[in-house]
Order: sequence, then structure tokens, then C-alpha cells
Amino acid sequence: MSPVHVSLARGLVMLALAALMLPQEAAAERLITSLSNHRVSVSSNFVGDEVVLFGSVELDKGATPRQQPYDLVVTVIGPRNNERTRRKQRVLGIWMNVDSRAFIDVPSYLVSLSNRPVAAIADELTRRRLQLGVENTMLPQKIGPDVADVVRDDPFRKAFIRLKTERDLYLEIPNGVTFFTPTLFRATIPLPANAPIGTYEIDAELFNEGKPIARGNSALEVIKVGFEQYVATAAVNDGILYGLLTSLMALVTGWLASIVFRRD
Amino acid sequence: MQIYLPIADLPVNIFLILGMGLAVGFISGMFGIGGGFLMTPLLIFIGIPPAVAVASVTSHIAASSCSGAMTYWRRNAIDTSLALMLLAGGILGTAAGVWLFTFLRKVDQLDLLIGLSYVTLLTVVGGLMVNESLRAILRARGGTPVPLRRAGSHAWFLGLPLKMRFKHSRIYVSIIPVLAIGGSIGFIGAILGIGGGFLLVPMLIYFLRVPTATVIGTSMVLTLVTMASATIMHAATNHLVDAVLALILMVGGTIGAQFGTRAGQKLSPERLRFMLGLLVLAVGLRFAYDLVIQPVDPYSVRLLETAP
Repeated sequence: MSPVHVSLARGLVMLALAALMLPQEAAAERLITSLSNHRVSVSSNFVGDEVVLFGSVELDKGATPRQQPYDLVVTVIGPRNNERTRRKQRVLGIWMNVDSRAFIDVPSYLVSLSNRPVAAIADELTRRRLQLGVENTMLPQKIGPDVADVVRDDPFRKAFIRLKTERDLYLEIPNGVTFFTPTLFRATIPLPANAPIGTYEIDAELFNEGKPIARGNSALEVIKVGFEQYVATAAVNDGILYGLLTSLMALVTGWLASIVFRRD
Repeated sequence: MQIYLPIADLPVNIFLILGMGLAVGFISGMFGIGGGFLMTPLLIFIGIPPAVAVASVTSHIAASSCSGAMTYWRRNAIDTSLALMLLAGGILGTAAGVWLFTFLRKVDQLDLLIGLSYVTLLTVVGGLMVNESLRAILRARGGTPVPLRRAGSHAWFLGLPLKMRFKHSRIYVSIIPVLAIGGSIGFIGAILGIGGGFLLVPMLIYFLRVPTATVIGTSMVLTLVTMASATIMHAATNHLVDAVLALILMVGGTIGAQFGTRAGQKLSPERLRFMLGLLVLAVGLRFAYDLVIQPVDPYSVRLLETAP
């Protein structure tokens, strides 16, 4: 047989295999999601926003419905950054930063929403494998020449999560997903006023009896618009001109004030 | 009313910033200082990233010292030749300061050095001012007139070569100490991100015996030029000057400075020096407190750079 025939035959076999596997796949569900808003505009009156993720669980034709209710975990990850966590210690009576860890490519924003606590949805192994919840998300640190995540009770890792949580950037909301009907759900994603600018990846994972059965992806964008965007772009692209104009603005403001308030 | 700052990337209450500008502007107009050593910590305290705070405050200081300088200019209270000579030294000092700043950043203990410098500088200068002005006030109370220029009390460095007559201030001194003062202010200002008015005014009074009539106006001219150029440098290199934040601060600051200037002229110079000394000392002690007292949270997070 010529090589073309071999590959053709192989293809046919695989097709047949796939067809054989289909009935098993058909037992699965599909997750259909939609966002209330794909683009969050940051203008001068931005004080935070909310984006709602709607969705439903579609049962494939001929599949038998599940006995147990579904669980859903939605993970929203903002633009990734490198950040440094520092620790102060007393040296000669003065508190100074003595130790620090660089966190490489970590989410600037991380919110985990679920219909009940993730610990109740899946076992620990699954939670870690799928990075469910803030605790189980990979937060790689630079350790010597390597970059790797460390144990979960590492003090720097814990401090990093705590400080991020204090700024409303890392959140775990165990009642953030609401099921209206057994298959229809809604999740409200809170975007605080200090939400970083950039693309946010949304990952929805459907569970049944502790097992992941379907997933859906989506994304939203937080962007500066109008005047805010104009200023931010000008500051980066035309730094010198921007500086000159700001200085000029300072001089004019000062001069105007001295004219307006002139008494003599 | 909240407004979103385009460079700092967070919303702030416009009236809070305006109020802070007014308060610091009042103080700066009263004492003839830029007020950067008050404004920058205040902004950091309300959550503005330190780098953005330092860079934006420079333009705020430029604005408030501009309005102050204008007022003094109309009162004919500026010694132009002295200001120009100080500026010549100031530019050299700033260049040296920027160089050291870049070097220290590489070494990675810049924060601590800035903290320690603030504490040392502010407590020493504040302490000296309080001490000196208290004695002057007590002397005045006791009935003995305050001798502004004691005969034979000229310091040795005023007699160095290259003497120059600064007519407006009615002093005849060597330009070497003048350049040195301008240079050290520029140097310290570049490292600590301050205008240095609170250092310059006492230096001019104690070392050069510049009369109080011209000292504040002249120091404001120096602050104005150094801070305006610092704004341009910060904008060109770090892109961290927040024009919206700066504008709100400027409006508050310049208005406050106008009232401050008037309030300052109603007070006697000794009293003014005493109050400024107390203020400087208080800020210095506040910095010392932060360094010595155990922080609530020993950990802190700092953004390194945005990953591509």
C-alpha cells in the first residue's frame, strides 16, 4: 500500500473510533455562557463595575439527566504581572525590608465564584489540578534560577494573597454563582475601582458529583476611554511634550491664581 | 465626587485632593516653602502609588511656588541676581543628585535611605529652627532688641574670594557659599523628591544673612525652576506624572498659597520660623515613628513591571 492509502486507512479507523466514543461523549453536557458586557470602560467617573456571566447547562440529545445537582466554579483572572512581596524586620532598632520574593507572572486580579464553597464541590486533588479557588491557583515565585510555586502555607505566599485580598483584587466568593433552575445560572463578577487595565480571562468549570464534566471560556476587557485614555497614551508616547505641557499648566495655574487673588 | 486618575489608575475623591492642596498650599505660601515634604506623604497615605505621588507633586510645587513668586515679585521682594546664582549651583546639584539616585536604585536600599534621610534632615533642621526661633522670641520678650546682624559675626566663608554684591538683599558675599547652598538644595531635592524650600530659607537666613524681606521670594524662584524642570524630567523618563492629579493639587495649592502668603506677612519672622520649625520637626518625628515602631503588617507588595 502506498503511504497515502495508509494514512487514509488510519483516518478511517480513527473516525470509526471517534464514532464509537460518541455515545459516551453524548452523556456529557455543554456549558453555554454569555457576558452582560465584554468591555468595561474606565472613564473619569469610574468607581468600579459589575459584569454578569449568564449561562445554561445544555444536555445533549439522548443523554440521561444527572441524579445530583450541578456545581459551577467561575474563575476570573486579570492581566498578569510580576510583583514583589517584601518583609520588614527590625535591624538595629529600625524596621527595614530584609527579605523579599519575586512573584512571576501572577494574576493582578483573581476572583473565584462558585455556588457553594469549592471545598464542597471537588476533592483536594481536583481542586489543585484545576486551580480552583484562590488558594489553589498557581502563584509562581522566583527561587534562585527557577520559577515555581511553593507550598501553600509559605509565609510570603500567604502574605501576598492576604494583601491582594485587602485590596479587593483576590477574592473567593462561595455564593457568587446562583442557579435559578437546575441548569440556568448567573455569576456576578465584581470589578473594584482599582481593577487593573487589560484583558480578563473567564473560565467556567461545571461539576457533577465532584467530577469536572464541562467547561466554557470567555473574556472581558477593562479599557480606558476618552480623556483618561488620551492622557495615559500621551504620557507614554510623548513624555517630553507631556511634561512641558504639565509644567506650563503649573505656571499658568500659578500665574492665574496670583492675578485672581491680587489685592494690591 | 470621585474622579478616576489616568496615570495612578484609581479613583479619588476630588474634594479630598482639593482640600489637601489647599491646606498644603496655605502652609507653603505662609512659610515660602514648596510643601513637597508634606504633600508626598499625604498622597501616599491616601493610596496613590509613591512613584506617581513624587512625580506629580513636583508640578504642584511648581504651580504654588509660581503663584507665590508672582506675589513676591509684585512686592519687589525677590533678589533676582541672588536667585540666578543659586540656580546655577542648583542645576549642578540636581544633576549630581539624579546620578546618585540612579546608582542607589541599583543597590536596592533606596527606600530605607530616603526614610533615614528624611528623619535626619527634618528632625535636625526642625530642631535647630525651633531652638533658634524660641531664643529669638524670648529675647524679644525680654526687651532686648534682636540683633539682625551682629558686628563681626560674619562667617569665614562669606569672606572667600569672588565676592559679589547682591544689592536687593544688601549683602556682599563670596559666590562660593551661594553656589554651594544652591548645589546642596538641588542635590537633596533630586534624591528626596522635595523642593527644598524649608532647607533653603533657613540656610539663606543663617549662612548668608539674607534679610527676611527677600528670602522667601528668592527661595520661591529657585523652587519654581527646579520643580518645573523636575516635572519635565519625570514625565520624560518614568511617564509617572498624573496631569489630572497635578491639576487638582495645583488649583487647591495656588489658592491656599495666596491666603498663606498673606497670613505669613502678619506674623513676626521669629514666630514664623518657630512654627515652621515645629512643623518640620513633627513630620520628621512622624517618619522616625514609622521606622522605629513595629509595622502593623511586616509584609508589603510592590508591582515590579507589567509582563508582556
